[in-house]
Amino acid sequence: MHLESFLAQAFIYLLAAVVSVPVAKRLGMGSVLGYLIAGALIGPFAMGFIGKEGQDVMHFAEFGVVMMLFLVGLELQPKLLWRLRGPVLGMGGAQVLGTGAVIALAGWAMQYPGKQAIAAGLILAMSSTAIALQSLAEKGLMKTNAGQSSFAILLFQDLAVIPLLAVLPLLSSHAAKPEAEHAHGHGFAENLPGWQQALLTFGAVALIVGGGRYLIRPIFRYIAKTQLREMFTATALLLVVGTALLMQAVGLSAALGTFLAGVVLAESEFRHELESDLEPFKGLLLGIFFIAVGASIDFALVASQPGEIALWIAGMVLLKGIVLFLVARFSGLCLPESLLMACALSQGGEFCFVLFSVAQSGGALPGALANKLTAVVALSMAVTPILLLIYEKLLHPRLQKRENEREADAIPETDNPVLIAGYGRFGHIVGRLLAVNGIESTVLDLDSEQVDFLRRMGMKLFYGDASRLDLLHSAGAAKAKLFILAIDDEEKSLKIIETVKHQFPHLTILARASGRLHAYEMVRRGAHYIYRETLGSSLDLGTEALRLLGIPAHEAHHAAKKFRDFDEGNIRCMAEVWFEHKDGDEYVNAARDQIAEMEKLFAVDAEVRERPTDEAWDTESLRREALGEEDSAPNS
Amino acid sequence: MKRILVLFAHPRLRRSRIQRALADAVRDMEGVTFHDLYEAYPDFYINVPREQELLAQHDIIICQHPFYWYSTPAILKQWEDLVLEHGWAYGQGGTALCDKWWMHVMSTGGSAETYCCAGQNRYTIRQLLAPLEQTAMLCGMTFLPPLVVHSSFRISDLELHEHARQYRLLLQKLRDGQLTAADLLGADTLNLEL
Repeated sequence: MHLESFLAQAFIYLLAAVVSVPVAKRLGMGSVLGYLIAGALIGPFAMGFIGKEGQDVMHFAEFGVVMMLFLVGLELQPKLLWRLRGPVLGMGGAQVLGTGAVIALAGWAMQYPGKQAIAAGLILAMSSTAIALQSLAEKGLMKTNAGQSSFAILLFQDLAVIPLLAVLPLLSSHAAKPEAEHAHGHGFAENLPGWQQALLTFGAVALIVGGGRYLIRPIFRYIAKTQLREMFTATALLLVVGTALLMQAVGLSAALGTFLAGVVLAESEFRHELESDLEPFKGLLLGIFFIAVGASIDFALVASQPGEIALWIAGMVLLKGIVLFLVARFSGLCLPESLLMACALSQGGEFCFVLFSVAQSGGALPGALANKLTAVVALSMAVTPILLLIYEKLLHPRLQKRENEREADAIPETDNPVLIAGYGRFGHIVGRLLAVNGIESTVLDLDSEQVDFLRRMGMKLFYGDASRLDLLHSAGAAKAKLFILAIDDEEKSLKIIETVKHQFPHLTILARASGRLHAYEMVRRGAHYIYRETLGSSLDLGTEALRLLGIPAHEAHHAAKKFRDFDEGNIRCMAEVWFEHKDGDEYVNAARDQIAEMEKLFAVDAEVRERPTDEAWDTESLRREALGEEDSAPNS
Repeated sequence: MKRILVLFAHPRLRRSRIQRALADAVRDMEGVTFHDLYEAYPDFYINVPREQELLAQHDIIICQHPFYWYSTPAILKQWEDLVLEHGWAYGQGGTALCDKWWMHVMSTGGSAETYCCAGQNRYTIRQLLAPLEQTAMLCGMTFLPPLVVHSSFRISDLELHEHARQYRLLLQKLRDGQLTAADLLGADTLNLEL
């Protein structure tokens, strides 16, 4: 490619990305969908800025997937990977074989020859690592069970590509020699006898593991010493490219090889630096990859038979989704997580494009079918972000609600003097302190997992919503003395205060406030005692800090106490100012005055107007008096 | 060699001239355990078993403190109330402190002359220390005369330095067994001639 045309290309790609991705993000669609739309827009079937070279760009950009797997590997310590071996083999195996079988059956039912149906089934079992991982990571869902399981399945699929490449030619209806041209799996080792191939493969893996462990670290250390940041980046890129080339040479998946290299380096001290150096490359290359996918969708084909294509897409996504959902449920994932995984992995993957072309050239699939399926896969990639959006906005909240619709527990009649609402990290400690001092409390909590867990540990608590009047009644609010409000839902806690104040005016309310403004709201609603949840530990920390800076423990302790008394007192009067002049400068001015007053209170000079109580220990005045007159006071 | 425990009590050490100088004079002496009560218990939550163990490990207990309202600072009273338990320090089986020595090292704002029946403070130091002396007696301890730094607002740095030196010297002699109870008991205070 000439430099000019290269720059022009780059300009178009980047412009498309810069225009469409932020818009897509803004609309809540996620970046992947943004890239795909951008690609479709600039592709040959819309504006036509880019044409046939889209395929080449795609091969180039597939390197983004390789890099992504390296980064994924970096995140995965070998220990974690070993822990995932069960899900990888179990869930991954079940998903690939299950999906392959179901789609093959569907194909067979549609009168396609058996071998073609099986080939299509196995290929369509692949999901898109790029789309799934990118989307899940973007929504912060990678650490969830669904995220981890998705990852395990994707890992298995990457592994499965290698045997698939070997199996596809066998499914050919006429004997044709497969072309060895693609990034995934065909190298010079192809022409060697089997045992040599095996040896080479083994040697390459050993080289990555051994090299990663003993060679790469000293190299990085040496490079790091040069203090040239771009050298570090260059070395990181060199490492990934080198690994990818090595893997291709011996006929393994480049993505898999770099993933392995990532895992090996996951425990090295350069992990974070490698991550931050490669992250932008990965992001850009993946973006280009998605754009290329978008551009390569054959809209002419789609336009000629839109109904059928749509049906195929829907069918494939549905079949994949059902298999994924069943796999997830059988592996013990809960309903929302199973659905999430089904949505995230229901598209066809980037490996499909590779496998289709291999299958086509090998004669396993006729060209027309392969083209159609390619369009189906590409469009299905655009479906995933939409599915995830639906899941997030519609399904998830409803499922959560259903989870919350667990019947409230029946509470036996008690005369416990204390009623605690909320037994998370805050209420829990209050309850335990009371319990070890022999005071029984009735506890309500709305987190069913927490309730079950603590019950198993032998604690008595009940599942139920403390904002429900009937539940407060059955929890013995009429007989109790104290109501401890320790939930973390700000809105709800205010509502509960109102209910309790109104229905059970005899109860003393001790409330947990999230912060100052929340505390103001509580003051207004008449909570008797208000505790900002972080005040205590902040002051503890501050006290320790004072002490470490050389202030005697007792003085530090007193300083914190003085601070606390002042601050707590000022919450009440500031609350009034806040509600009277919410928008004006009055609040700011009042707050300033308070701060100034506090500073004055702590000032040690003799002109302190308001004398704190422990100034009696200060003998300055006595000293002056003694120096002036005769002895008059006994304190020294 | 006798082991000495200094129970030190000053709530605002950073602003004290006398007590800081006295404390610095003995803080790191061999055979002396310097125990700052306000530092150890800023919240007055005294670890009684630990305190009793400390007492058991030492032969001579010295309370070093400013003389507040004719008595000790609050934490020392709290300490007495909690640590000197019945059945441990006194009463039946309460022999843990028997034959140990007890002594106060104090500073007062008033001069020595004011502590007499004709003076402004009307009582002698020994009279004012009566409750503490009786406490020691009840625990079977020998109550030594106090070491008192008077006129704490007015003494010069030189005088203060001399007081500190004498305090250290006294502890050295007590530690090394150079003084017997008989040597000491007759005196009103253990202040040496300046």
